[in-house]
Amino acid sequence: MSPRRTDAGGRIDRLRTIRFTFDGAPYTGHAGDTLASALLANGVTLFGRSFKYHRPRGVLTSGVEEPNALVTVLRGEVREPNIAATMVEIYDGLTVVSQNRFPSLSWDVSAVNQLGGKLLSAGFYYKTFMGPAIGPLKSTRFWMFCEHFIRRAAGLGRAGTAPDTARYERMNAFCDVLVVGSGPAGLMAARAAADQGARVILSELEPHFGGSANWSGETIDGMPGADWAARAAGQLEGYDNVRLLPRTTVWGYYDGNTLAALERVTDHKERPGKGEPRHRYWTIRAKSVVLATGSFERPLVFPGNDRPGVMLAHAAERYANEYGVLPGNRIAIFTNNDSAYRSALALKNAGAAIVAIVDVRPELSSEMRELADEAEAKILAGHAVVATEGGKALSGIKVQRFDMVNGALAGDPRSIQADCLLMSGGWSPTIHLASQAGAKAEWNAARQAFLPPKPTQQWIGAGAFTGSFSTAEAIAEGRAAGLSAAGGTGAPTALPVVEAAPGDPDPAPVFEIKADGKSFVDFQHDVTAEDVRLAHREGFVSVEHLKRYTTLGMATDQGKNSNIPGLAIMAEALGKPIPEVGTTRFRPPFSAVSIGSLAAERFGDLRPERLTPMHDWHVANGATMYSAGLWYRPMIYGHPGETIEQAYVREARATRESAGIVDVSTLGKIAVQGPDAAEFLDRVYTNMFSTLAVGKARYGLMLREDGLAFDDGTTWRLGDQDFLMTTTTANAGKVMQHLEYFLDVIWPELKVHVTSVTDEWAGAAIGGPKARAILAACITGTAVDNATLPFMGIVHGKISGVPVMICRLSFSGEMAFEVYSGAGYGTHVWEALIEAGKPFGLVTYGLEALGTMRIEKGHVTGAEIDGRTTARDLHLDWMLSKKKPFIGSAMMDREGLIAPGRLELVGLISLDNQPLNGGAHIVEALDEANPHDSIGHITACCYSPALGKYIALALVKDGKARRGTRAHISDPLRNRFGPVEIVSNHFFDPDGSRMHG
Amino acid sequence: MLITCPYCGPRDVIEFTYQGDGNRERPQPASQNLDAWNAYVYDRLNPAGDHNEIWQHSGGCRAHLKVVRNTLTHDISSVAFARGDHKAAARHKAEGKA
Ligand SMILES: [Zn+2]
Repeated sequence: MSPRRTDAGGRIDRLRTIRFTFDGAPYTGHAGDTLASALLANGVTLFGRSFKYHRPRGVLTSGVEEPNALVTVLRGEVREPNIAATMVEIYDGLTVVSQNRFPSLSWDVSAVNQLGGKLLSAGFYYKTFMGPAIGPLKSTRFWMFCEHFIRRAAGLGRAGTAPDTARYERMNAFCDVLVVGSGPAGLMAARAAADQGARVILSELEPHFGGSANWSGETIDGMPGADWAARAAGQLEGYDNVRLLPRTTVWGYYDGNTLAALERVTDHKERPGKGEPRHRYWTIRAKSVVLATGSFERPLVFPGNDRPGVMLAHAAERYANEYGVLPGNRIAIFTNNDSAYRSALALKNAGAAIVAIVDVRPELSSEMRELADEAEAKILAGHAVVATEGGKALSGIKVQRFDMVNGALAGDPRSIQADCLLMSGGWSPTIHLASQAGAKAEWNAARQAFLPPKPTQQWIGAGAFTGSFSTAEAIAEGRAAGLSAAGGTGAPTALPVVEAAPGDPDPAPVFEIKADGKSFVDFQHDVTAEDVRLAHREGFVSVEHLKRYTTLGMATDQGKNSNIPGLAIMAEALGKPIPEVGTTRFRPPFSAVSIGSLAAERFGDLRPERLTPMHDWHVANGATMYSAGLWYRPMIYGHPGETIEQAYVREARATRESAGIVDVSTLGKIAVQGPDAAEFLDRVYTNMFSTLAVGKARYGLMLREDGLAFDDGTTWRLGDQDFLMTTTTANAGKVMQHLEYFLDVIWPELKVHVTSVTDEWAGAAIGGPKARAILAACITGTAVDNATLPFMGIVHGKISGVPVMICRLSFSGEMAFEVYSGAGYGTHVWEALIEAGKPFGLVTYGLEALGTMRIEKGHVTGAEIDGRTTARDLHLDWMLSKKKPFIGSAMMDREGLIAPGRLELVGLISLDNQPLNGGAHIVEALDEANPHDSIGHITACCYSPALGKYIALALVKDGKARRGTRAHISDPLRNRFGPVEIVSNHFFDPDGSRMHG
Repeated sequence: MLITCPYCGPRDVIEFTYQGDGNRERPQPASQNLDAWNAYVYDRLNPAGDHNEIWQHSGGCRAHLKVVRNTLTHDISSVAFARGDHKAAARHKAEGKA
């Protein structure tokens, strides 16, 4: 048996031995132990080194609020730092190392930091490293030099670099009542709500339900509290409407009664079970929440209060009662309230000697004197601990007479031998979730604590959370809260009877004993009482500033132990009562949350891939695919040895010489149908559609409400009330939403239905001098001659047995046809067209050749319709109807949109026969060393096989008036400068004779 | 934040797209009153409290909804169809049953 393990008691299984290592040394513990309880049982007192001063630190608490005993857990290559030893359940093979020590925990070179005294006091970094260089030891440059060493010396655990191989899971849950915390109040609340038929979730951050009932030593319903809790939890397990979540921390309380919780599913296991994630991130939407989150015991602030062996009183009580571990054999107690007397008795009963109870209060109740007698402990009333002694373990304390009215110490210090000192500075309700939910906490002078605010969301408090610290009150409040949360009233039945030690819940208002030496307020960030006073002397009056200057409460424990003592010391320095100094609002998370759980199932590239019906054919036939938004489109169909430019030039040239075919399935397609469809399109487009004949298509332009250009495309009239609108690929979603908005919000009286049919159609555009002959060779059921299928005409027919719809329109400037078939037949029709085209020299072409031919024709796309250009800027004013209002018509002629000096669409020809670059600026006069005075920029560029030149489209200030003049490319980023000629954007076949044929 | 779509029931805000201030009045299409157009296109209320907003259930039924949301608490006190009538909903339900 380990040196500090009791022979009996607690819920550990003494028959099951568990082996683990700490800093490489083997240890054993028992099933049910935490890392902290197992190491304490082995006589380990030194758990870590402190953040700034590298002081030796032991374990202060027994739970989630632990600031000192932080360790790194290793699992294979993965290391997880800053885990509280009090929250690690041991398992066979657990491997843990201590933190912030070099070269070893017991011999640490940086511990010299603590000899430096003021060296690392509050504001050290700001004072030493900020501001101008005055002398050799100032300035930010000096910081750069020192940073490496300081970062290494001051800090917590080191993060790992190996990828986390664990799996994380996400869950959404809905319930009527979420009960947070499973102490007596939470168990009663869950039971009461469940009995009303409510759907209940009960969460508990510890592995076992029961909270303080597991270690208080109290009797409930005639049985030990731990047994009562186990029975209550077991009964809840039998309810179909109750879900129990152990090892689950509710860490965030958000709008609409939405709560976030982290379930640690397998951290306590040697290896996860099949299909089990490591952590599960719960989003719980609860109609009502019962907050039964209990309270935290506060440390007292006095010199040496951080020495290993100094511990919170209830934590020692818990180690003794729940884990069968004595944190010391000769135990002294230092308190300002009654609760520590029960702790004294528990440790006495577990086998320790209580050498003294040092109480700051001069007068003690007879009940406390009786408890002390029972614990065979001597009371030193009106005394305080003024120092602790020892190195890596406590050897003794010094006490002095203390006047709690003025804080004065008197008489000679007296030494008492002890290997453990328990302290209790009163209790603070765990109001974090309530604070997150919205309202400000209220100071209660009797309890010397902030009590939960009035609910701003649907929650009810119960038990110690509300400041009701006795178990009997917790049981009564818990049941009432559960009933009320479930909307029930319930017949009053007898409550479980509690037998508990007596005690006054109100502590004496003493937070600090002022004596020589470092008195720690924030253990994790090494902030002392003197740091808080220094901040005050330097003029910091707001708590928020105090926190940032001293970093009080800003460590990973978020000040669970230090907030109230820090505030009290600041209030005293300011000469103000605590409530006037204020408290900070708690923010999520309540305790550390694994990043893995936040990312669970939502990492990597989550965007869907959109593939056209002919995608596989393109890939199989040598296409280089290019991602355009969500779509994948062929860029080129390269031949072996070809560059991209060679490939697209070949494809474009062949198209203009014979014929080419391109997949246009990605164009947005919207069915606009209904009696008012034509009227609706008249309002949406700048030009008329009501005059369009059935079986004809028209090019249309849309503006935004503010009068700027929005999107363009052709719309086909398939029937009197049936239109097929096409949009640019990139804007398909935006145009759909735009149409829906106007139909739903602005013009609900219009009888029009819009349906996105982009994915229903496969489209192939076939163009070039031979295009009509190719089509004629494979089409049945219709002619495709000029009379039957004129420019912008539509016919229906069949290709290889499949119904198709063909519209004669052109993006390339050639005579061209868009052939649409059902998406499922896309490849079939595509292959039939390819086959029919073979004798005519038909080529497949990709986006690059498509872009080249559109630049040659001067058509605009998203690069020119960039949200800043108007129809006039793009020379599309011929499309602005004067016969009707349309979206944007009222705003498009505003002063700034028609003023001179606007960027207008032009064509550019490279005069030095060198390629042009998209985004390059255009200047009137070249000044390579000092580029300035841009008059515009290039939006698209290519080598034009039709012109045999490098050309570009550009937006240039007063561009139309500059046609025929010269300018220069100024692109210092890519070091490209050179002369260009400004021309019309219609480079090729400006009168359209080729497409009209 | 949950928005209760009259068609689909309570849904997470992630399914919705904010479509702007619901207080805006679009001038008559032929209106030449530039001040009115300017107010419609550019002016937005920004109250600390209840705000009329338009949301589209873009990840669901795609209906536009008039939502009254408290900008301080995110409490939603009313949700209605932006179309202003519930005939569409009734029709939708009838078709669903048929
Ligand atoms: Zn909906």
